[in-house]
Amino acid sequence: MEENLAEIDESIPPNTVEEFLRMDRIPHIWCPGCGIGTTVNCFANALAQSQLDLKKVAVVSGIGCTGRVAGYINLDSFHTTHGRAIPFATGLKLANPELKVVVYSGDGDLTAIGGNHLIHAARRNVDLTVILINNFIYGMTGGQVAPTTPVSATASTTPYGNFEDPFNIPHLAASCGAVYVARWTAYHVRHVTKSIKEALMKKGFSLIEILAPCPTLYSRRNKLGDGLDQMIYYKENSEIRNDADTKTLGLTFQGKIIVGKFVDKDQPTYLDRMNEYYSSKFGNKFVPYKG
Amino acid sequence: MKADPKGVLTGAIFIDGDHACAEGAIAAGCRFVAGYPITPSTEVVERIAERFPYIGGIFVQMEDEIASSIAIQGAVWAGKKAMTVTSGPGFSLMMEHIGLSAMTETPCVFVDVQRGGPSTGLPTLPGQADMMQARWGSHGDYGIIALCPNSPQECFDLTIKAFNLSEQYRVPVLLMMDECVGHMTERVFIPPAEEIDLYPRRYYEGNIEDYLPFKPDSDLVPPIVKAGDGYHIHVTGLTHDEKGYPVMTPVAQEKLVHRLVDKIRLNADKIVEYKEDEIEGAEVVVITYGITSRVAIPAIEQARKEGIKVGHFRLIVAWPFPEKRIREIAEKVKTFVVPEINYGQIVLEVERHSAGKARVKLVPHGGGSVHNPKDIYNTIKKSLEG
Repeated sequence: MEENLAEIDESIPPNTVEEFLRMDRIPHIWCPGCGIGTTVNCFANALAQSQLDLKKVAVVSGIGCTGRVAGYINLDSFHTTHGRAIPFATGLKLANPELKVVVYSGDGDLTAIGGNHLIHAARRNVDLTVILINNFIYGMTGGQVAPTTPVSATASTTPYGNFEDPFNIPHLAASCGAVYVARWTAYHVRHVTKSIKEALMKKGFSLIEILAPCPTLYSRRNKLGDGLDQMIYYKENSEIRNDADTKTLGLTFQGKIIVGKFVDKDQPTYLDRMNEYYSSKFGNKFVPYKG
Repeated sequence: MKADPKGVLTGAIFIDGDHACAEGAIAAGCRFVAGYPITPSTEVVERIAERFPYIGGIFVQMEDEIASSIAIQGAVWAGKKAMTVTSGPGFSLMMEHIGLSAMTETPCVFVDVQRGGPSTGLPTLPGQADMMQARWGSHGDYGIIALCPNSPQECFDLTIKAFNLSEQYRVPVLLMMDECVGHMTERVFIPPAEEIDLYPRRYYEGNIEDYLPFKPDSDLVPPIVKAGDGYHIHVTGLTHDEKGYPVMTPVAQEKLVHRLVDKIRLNADKIVEYKEDEIEGAEVVVITYGITSRVAIPAIEQARKEGIKVGHFRLIVAWPFPEKRIREIAEKVKTFVVPEINYGQIVLEVERHSAGKARVKLVPHGGGSVHNPKDIYNTIKKSLEG
């Protein structure tokens, strides 16, 4: 029997995602039913389709469950401090504009402790692709309330339910100047893949919010079943409404989820603006900055 | 290697310490600066912002000091030499990223133009009370290097030295200026580029397959690579193995953190720098750094005139502390006198290393001005009584 196990089953197609992963770090730490791994699959497929030079793609994460993504992706990858993936990525990108820099982190990391950096990077239109996994909760630390937790949802630090309004993330990003904004759920794997690919091809600050189940700490505490139940919820309650007014995209507890691509526009990036401005100001005395 | 002549303003110029620091960074090859305005350090980044468009550098005024202190680390991993500049409150905000730089062995320079604290304190007036924070301010164990210029000339020279040491040991290097030195205007001589020695980044030169990002050379410092070169490196602030992968065990912690501490401890003899004046035969040795080293001179001269044998020991590198030399001197002198613009920080190191062999007297000052030399003189005098 042991000999048979070692044989390669030709009927199973090769996993195209593996070459994008640090297979020597698998198994990963994510719980059964967690949606983060699904998004990583989409990211790997998007990368494969994008035909980008993988030497020139870097992933930067903050801290938390999604923050661990950088550690599993077989690219130049940086696992930084809590909330600070965006300013690290800003330094990386501005220092070498040839790099395609992807920020991959969670809702708590990017909108609470890192909220200030998110709005300023969007305002400056730094050429970054931000993949924001929103599981409504701080997963790594045990399910505390986040700036994304829907009103009335229970978290370990809101044992009687949350009464604070959550962020409407696409609206936040769009109003700060992001040139590409989309929202999907972990159920929408094809849309997520396509959206990541589009964002990777885009110049400027792009943000994709992906809702993902946290069965261990969000669903269980809120009696919402397991990961599959949450996927069924996404399937039954999501409505694709491309170009929707981002003001209308607020989320409620187990309510309707508007998904789609809401912003896709062209605007000069931080470096374009800098080079253009200084060139007009100083003429040929200015050495256009290329990294 | 030598400095790039493009950025070097060779000649004698009349500038303040903040401006000299900016020129030092440019001469050292720094082409990425991120900062947030704060008195009394702002003139450093103002000069950088003015100079960089002409020499191919990039200055970004970030949203806060937290962002500034990590943006520079992103820039370093993309291959730049990078620096951030701040003062007390901003320095406090940067502590986590001094730890990140130490943990990920990211060579970069932090400038702290010290003002009176705690909290908002005295924004426009001097202090020297961040010295222990510089050494211990981030959580956990690690080693750093801190330098203390006492003139605009040294702000220029020691900024270059800060970059060189950060490249050599792959540590954050802290330039601990103070408001007086930062705002003092003096003649600064900037040498020709070919006379400025720079320590090149320690890039890995072996096979890509054999590369282990955190495997040290014999001096405990690992060679580095940069993003975009195909190494697919992983860099994390978590405890990691030589591959850079997180390992959550006491064994991995011991191996990594012990090396981060030893990297400075065991190389301390090569790193320390101080200036001695009439230490041989002295009864009293005054230990100073930064602006206080200049304020102490009239006090020392006055005491010498009266026949007291006074030596002067000036710290140029404050961390690592020159403990060996202090132990030797402690065997021979009666007293150390330590004036500093705080209520006792570097004096604690002097006490520790004199280990009861010599008396140690602090000349404290709460900040907001420099010492009156009389206070230092009186302490020198009294220190020999009883």
